[in-house]
Amino acid sequence: MDLLSRKATCNSHGQDSSYFLGWEEYEKNPYDVLKNPHGIIQMGLAENQLCFDLLESWLVQNPDAASFKRDGQSIFRELALFQDYHGLSSFKNALANFMSENRQNRVFFDSNNLVLTAGATSANETLMFCLANPGDAFLLPTPYYPGFDRDLKWRTGVEIVPIQCLSSNGFRITKHALEEAYEQAKKLNLNVKGVLITNPSNPLGTTTTQTELNILFEFISKNKNIHLVSDEIYSGTAFSSSEFISVMEILKNNQLENTDVFNRVHIVYSLSKDLGLPGFRVGAIYSNDKDVISAATKMSSFGLVSSQTQYLLSSLLSDKEFTKTYLRENQSRLKYRQRMLVTGLEAIGIGCLKSNAGLFCWVDMRHLLSSKTFEAEMDLWKKIVYEVKLNISPGSACHCEEPGWFRVCFANMSEETLKLALKRLKKFVDNGALTCSRKKTMTTISNWVFRLSFHDRDAEER
Amino acid sequence: MKQLSTKVTSNAHGQDSSYFLGWEEYEKNPYDEIKNPNGIIQMGLAENQLCFDLIETWLAKNPDAAGLKKDGQSIFKELALFQDYHGLPEFKKALAEFMEEIRGSRVTFDPHKIVLAAGSTSANETLMFCLAEPGDAFLLPTPYYPGFDRDLKWRTGAEIVPIHCSSSNGFQITESALQQAYQQAQKLDLKVKGILVTNPSNPLGTMLTRRELNLLVDFITSKNIHLISDEIYSGTVFGFEQFVSVMDVLKDKKLEDTEVSKRVHVVYSLSKDLGLPGFRVGAIYSNDEMVVSAATKMSSFGLVSSQTQYLLSALLSDKKFTGTYLNENKKRLKIRQKQLVSGLEAAGVTSLKSNAGLFCWVDLRHLLDTNTFEAELELWKKIVYEVKLNISPGSSCHCTEPGWFRVCFANMSEETLDLAMKRLKEYVESTDSRRLISKSSHERIKSLRKRTVSNWVFRVSWTDRVPDER
Repeated sequence: MDLLSRKATCNSHGQDSSYFLGWEEYEKNPYDVLKNPHGIIQMGLAENQLCFDLLESWLVQNPDAASFKRDGQSIFRELALFQDYHGLSSFKNALANFMSENRQNRVFFDSNNLVLTAGATSANETLMFCLANPGDAFLLPTPYYPGFDRDLKWRTGVEIVPIQCLSSNGFRITKHALEEAYEQAKKLNLNVKGVLITNPSNPLGTTTTQTELNILFEFISKNKNIHLVSDEIYSGTAFSSSEFISVMEILKNNQLENTDVFNRVHIVYSLSKDLGLPGFRVGAIYSNDKDVISAATKMSSFGLVSSQTQYLLSSLLSDKEFTKTYLRENQSRLKYRQRMLVTGLEAIGIGCLKSNAGLFCWVDMRHLLSSKTFEAEMDLWKKIVYEVKLNISPGSACHCEEPGWFRVCFANMSEETLKLALKRLKKFVDNGALTCSRKKTMTTISNWVFRLSFHDRDAEER
Repeated sequence: MKQLSTKVTSNAHGQDSSYFLGWEEYEKNPYDEIKNPNGIIQMGLAENQLCFDLIETWLAKNPDAAGLKKDGQSIFKELALFQDYHGLPEFKKALAEFMEEIRGSRVTFDPHKIVLAAGSTSANETLMFCLAEPGDAFLLPTPYYPGFDRDLKWRTGAEIVPIHCSSSNGFQITESALQQAYQQAQKLDLKVKGILVTNPSNPLGTMLTRRELNLLVDFITSKNIHLISDEIYSGTVFGFEQFVSVMDVLKDKKLEDTEVSKRVHVVYSLSKDLGLPGFRVGAIYSNDEMVVSAATKMSSFGLVSSQTQYLLSALLSDKKFTGTYLNENKKRLKIRQKQLVSGLEAAGVTSLKSNAGLFCWVDLRHLLDTNTFEAELELWKKIVYEVKLNISPGSSCHCTEPGWFRVCFANMSEETLDLAMKRLKEYVESTDSRRLISKSSHERIKSLRKRTVSNWVFRVSWTDRVPDER
């Protein structure tokens, strides 16, 4: 008899073996400026390490927030006991305001429509449990964050059907691709419950355009059973706030408040990228549908945010001086860092998708492939990991339709390290070493790709 | 058309309407010593509020732990970025040692076999996802924590089949009850994947005896199924007897490193022993590598905040603190339980002899009009509305006999507990005299209540309320 569930024994937690491999290699040989200057530089981690100084000086100036004090009085007991799944209201208010601020107050978020969860990972899974039954499908534009295969499908039994986006138009969602995906789902006998987009996009680093949003809204207006989930986890990383258009704005500008569409649009947020706090596990679901809010609130019991953390962050985000400065600084430092990566790549003859957000660039290395295949992409990737000693994410891990694209992160290291990474890459490209394909790596591909990934490894970073 | 999942539209989150009602009434009219001295006293909340002073003193002496510093240096950045689902190693080590300390260092816990989760709510659900398919069943002794209906069944699709325990033997698990439950599951065409016990028990406040533990281990051995022991209350044992964990039994029966030991899993949390439910710290302990591996990946859906892991790794690494704390906690819980038990006795009310937990399992059968659950609900309403005490009716814990109630004692001050006992005594004394009143007026009151019972019990509980406290 099977002692464990299929969920536990199968590989459908979706942890892609090749993606895992780069991680493992990095862990074995991590770059350190002093201790291991020839180690692998981690460029597969979408972390925002650019503004910790701002956070740390705020903490120094406001010691009460981390010490369980309010106006000098201890509130430890109150916080220790606080497990209300409605969340700390001061925190939800501050978070709702922060989300509005991220959108230049063009829209307003009501904290009553917010559900707190342990990270966006938890928020996305919870939304799937609320909106879909096992066997239902969500349409996702490719390329998408590899973690979605686990977060949206694993325990929920929901399926993902890709909306195929191509480089020919900058990977934009087209009406045609959307409808094709819908038809494909029907062919597979899957009931489509919604569309999920990440805006700004991971791994593209681009904000969803007005045109794309129009296409999506037209689609869900026409198909009244379909939800739209917009994961706006990177909203604060848009280099210019005016270029980021949230689905909330479409609802407002198109005056959809009294239509049924209003209840079928949901937003996911988190402080892991904008504030660089993935360790604190702070995510949120925002919805205008009372039933979704009610159910998601109860489900959040399975992943509440620590009250200690809620309190710290309610203080931080209630400080408007701080949030204003932070958002502005964050944007400008990210923009600067992205420029550094882009120009560095250009100097090597490598282009990337023109991006205006995110913590990474979507890099075009198609010209370095030995053949226009995913096998060649894997070959190239292995060379970059083992010989150039850079861990970057291959497009295939993100379900990209075209081989040769890679996601390269720029905000999780110092300027010097980024410069070194570019230097290494330049050296190899100049030497032509990247363009020769090596057969010796072929047998190892099979082993690695089909190896049961039960080895422990760090959690997937987006 | 409703376009939401069946999980949302059905009522399978299991939040019992009557249980919810007591909460709602309390929220409307909460007791406060100064501001609302006639309000409802909350005795339905299994919180441990007795030892906060010890923790607060420790925090004052060790400001670095909360201040995100190590040896005076800021480690904010490191913690802010730490999201490894393997957990902070120092924290898992300290937690493993704490669990050992609670069990008198008789058994060892390997930190590598610990999976952290956002509370035992998350730990229990995750274990279900790992061990059961939708439609599989777990056997649970009744009465059990009402939250299990949601935690174990809601999103997992697993079923619970009760192992009926009765007052005739102090609600202990018997072999025949176990066999009956197993057969019942088979009759219902459900595949039994395991047994889940809470030890010490919620709501009974008693520890499982060695006999019961041996019975359980023998049973899972013969049926080739799992045993989950939720030991969330392990640090609340205040009786003379030591707490016997299922891990003790595995060791004593020389079953460590055997195939059976791979099917025994322990769930723990710091919500009761340390009184920190807000911090969301739970854990799964398993000897099965595959369970640990899968549960670790699943913990992505409910990781513990690194800020909290760090604070608690510092706290629990302080052996002087943990030793003192565990002793004091025991002492204070014992005194408080005594206070409740004697207060109840003064009102002519007895309770199941208990030696652990934050509550007593109180026998109010003699106050029922009839030996029915309807009468139990009526009595409960009287206690909520007239005596102004929110206590938990046995029916919400799936008890098979009407008239039992769980009454908490560790979530209020001594004075408040005194007051609660006084109110109860007054009520019992007045009820005794009221029983002499004419039957007809009694019937009138009864039928009035009957109508409202139906409304409340069948009302769809979509109204927001605070989560189930254990």
